[in-house]
Amino acid sequence: MNDKKVLILGATSDVGKALAQVYAEQHFQLVLAARNVKDLEPIKSDFEIRNEAKVEIAEFEATDYSSHPAFIDKVGTPDICICVFGYLGDQTEAENNWDEAKSIMSINYIGAASILEEVAKKMTDKKTGTIVGISSVAGERGRQSNYFYGSSKAGFTAYLSGLRNRLFHKGIHVLTVKPGFIDTKMTAGMDLPKPLTASPLQVAKAIAKAARKKKNTIYVLSMWRLIMYIIKTIPEGIFKKLKL
Amino acid sequence: MKKISGWGNYPLVDSEINRFDTERELVKLLASESKTIARGNARSYGDSALAHNVISSLSHNRMLYFDTEKGILKCESGVLFNDILDVIVPKGWFLPVTPGTKFITVGGAIASDVHGKNHHGEGSFSNYLDEFEIACADGSIKICSPSNEQELYQATCGGMGLTGVILNATFRLKKIESAYISQKQIKAKNLDEIVELFDEYKSATYSMAWIDCLKGGNAFGRSILICGEHASFEELSTNQKKAPLNLKPKKKLNVPFNFPAIALNPFSIKAFNALYYAKNYKKVMEGVIPYEPFFYPLDAINNWNRMYGKNGFVQYQFVLPKEGGKEGLVKILKKIRSKGMGSFLAVLKAFGEQNDLIAFPMEGLTLALDFPVRKGLFEFLNELDVIVLEYGGRIYLTKDARMDGQTLAQSYPNFSKWKAIVEKYNPNFKFASTQSDRLNITS
Ligand SMILES: Cc1cc2nc3c(=O)[nH]c(=O)nc-3n(C[C@H](O)[C@H](O)[C@H](O)COP(=O)(O)OP(=O)(O)OC[C@H]3O[C@@H](n4cnc5c(N)ncnc54)[C@H](O)[C@@H]3O)c2cc1C
Ligand SMILES: NC(=O)c1ccc[n+]([C@@H]2O[C@H](COP(=O)([O-])OP(=O)(O)OC[C@H]3O[C@@H](n4cnc5c(N)ncnc54)[C@H](OP(=O)(O)O)[C@@H]3O)[C@@H](O)[C@H]2O)c1
Repeated sequence: MNDKKVLILGATSDVGKALAQVYAEQHFQLVLAARNVKDLEPIKSDFEIRNEAKVEIAEFEATDYSSHPAFIDKVGTPDICICVFGYLGDQTEAENNWDEAKSIMSINYIGAASILEEVAKKMTDKKTGTIVGISSVAGERGRQSNYFYGSSKAGFTAYLSGLRNRLFHKGIHVLTVKPGFIDTKMTAGMDLPKPLTASPLQVAKAIAKAARKKKNTIYVLSMWRLIMYIIKTIPEGIFKKLKL
Repeated sequence: MKKISGWGNYPLVDSEINRFDTERELVKLLASESKTIARGNARSYGDSALAHNVISSLSHNRMLYFDTEKGILKCESGVLFNDILDVIVPKGWFLPVTPGTKFITVGGAIASDVHGKNHHGEGSFSNYLDEFEIACADGSIKICSPSNEQELYQATCGGMGLTGVILNATFRLKKIESAYISQKQIKAKNLDEIVELFDEYKSATYSMAWIDCLKGGNAFGRSILICGEHASFEELSTNQKKAPLNLKPKKKLNVPFNFPAIALNPFSIKAFNALYYAKNYKKVMEGVIPYEPFFYPLDAINNWNRMYGKNGFVQYQFVLPKEGGKEGLVKILKKIRSKGMGSFLAVLKAFGEQNDLIAFPMEGLTLALDFPVRKGLFEFLNELDVIVLEYGGRIYLTKDARMDGQTLAQSYPNFSKWKAIVEKYNPNFKFASTQSDRLNITS
């Protein structure tokens, strides 16, 4: 058994479960957090039985900001904290219903920033730790098809780079992950191009490796770096006319 | 939409595959209009896990409870036997019953009520089943055991997914001292000898035989009986004793693409058999071997099913009652030989008694043969069906892709009783497979 502890926020997600597997195999203690604790129970027993892992579960609601300090007090300061939860939402719905737009923005940006501020405080006290935030390539340029999601991830990406800058001086590392497509519940039913789509386990392995090597930003599949470079260099005058 | 099939790659069906993680997600899926059928790891050969809409259990695969003292395991229905073995063997436990592949799910094990090489003494999988939970057509979830929701329990074991989607199951394991099997292989000159050998070795925990379907004359029915016992610690070699419950992972071979069906003419089958026999040059051979090659010899080659070419193949497995069964077997083997419809693999086994509602096994002999799909095959198999019926036998649904509904109804004595229970829990045939439609169970 390793005495290192990893906190996974959004552990019922496909990427969260894959991360738990990767860290269980490396004998980390797991703290799995999600808004439906009941869904975490089978996941907990599974890792206990298969990996003989030490697993704690905890309830976590991203938009219940005021609960975040107590949450982190309860689960304790982890060595690694991975912010996995996210909400793609429905762009068209969000254009017609502000509640949906607000959900997208408050889960992906405010919720993430709120909890990571608390984690950062605790890690600063301990003078050690790694924070991983899963943002998205969608945050690199707003597109008509998902700009609420994209802008919230853009905010999160900017937040993470600021946090990295601040915590670097405290011996704490921050990793930003910008996965391209991942084959998960979030994208179920979408027709994703295979070569550009990673499996949750692929993403999880890449994250664990990048966290260990103290990388700043990763894309998982390197093709995405090129694609995003091209997308970012299209002049706005042309970009606005595209149907993206 | 995606083309899917069973292990035999026949038939192919355009299908939408839906997965579920949690019970909640399953109930949501069941609320939709479409007809559907549960699908595990698709190791059934024919069309029992096929439909235009299927519900895959493969993401519902968490282990829930393992009592390492008493040997009781509870897990979700999509957990594979392979994963269970990885967990339980190092702790000194084994599956109570296992088929010839470990890549099946717990749900599939119940729905087909699978048997193993120990059926003659230890029965089928459901004998070790304490309880399961199942989601029925109306979305209700029922806890079933031999004493609770009895009729639903009985109709589900061997019920081919037609009563609902099994969510999880609790079953008893078997204590072992090592991950090894002490194996004995005995050569039988002909059919009479192998049938006698089965009797002589009926106290062996595990037994089955490879049978050569092509040889005629004096050697008609020549076979090799393979018996096994879980090896005790004392029986192990010094090397094996170092880690008695842990096997080293082995590299697997791959069949990378569909072989042309031509590779499987009677010549290649003969060559295969000759090779197989040459290895067993002595009458009796003994050894202590890891459990994997003993139980799962075919799992060493990934996708071996592709060897039959892109038209696929069917497996024909029937059982004939002890009384008169041998005569029927001779008839069938002779027919296969005369038509040159030889099977690459033929497995012969003796079953013990079993009187469950819809289970396949009955006391007698069971033979399983593979046939590549080609012109004339189905007509030929219909002729075999007639012989099976004539001798009071029946055909295993989890292997079937072509029998007709009448044969099914005639050969399973409790068929109408079972069907009535299916209709009670699945009134509008929400659960229907290509197979159950073909067999007029749900159509
Ligand atoms: C190489 C090989 C060797 C084999 N040897 C044997 C043997 O020795 N003995 C034996 O008995 N069988 C044997 N089989 C057959 C195999 O064990 C069965 O077909 C088994 O049911 C396959 O399980 P599966 O998870 O792949 O199920 P599938 O093939 O996906 O489904 C089989 C049936 O189970 C139903 N089902 C699956 N999951 C559920 C669920 N969660 N709830 C309700 N219904 C469900 C399906 O609807 C379908 O009717 C063998 C198969 C192979 C490929
Ligand atoms: N899938 C992709 O193609 C893709 C691409 C780029 C980036 N990403 C990002 O990668 C991360 C993981 O994605 P995924 O595809 O694995 O997602 P997923 O399987 O859809 O899971 C999303 C997770 O977020 C949780 N969540 C949603 N709202 C929440 C809230 N208010 N409070 C707490 N938890 C909440 C969900 O909890 P419940 O289980 O309770 O619903 C679930 O665990 C996300 O941040 C996503 O934005 C995904």
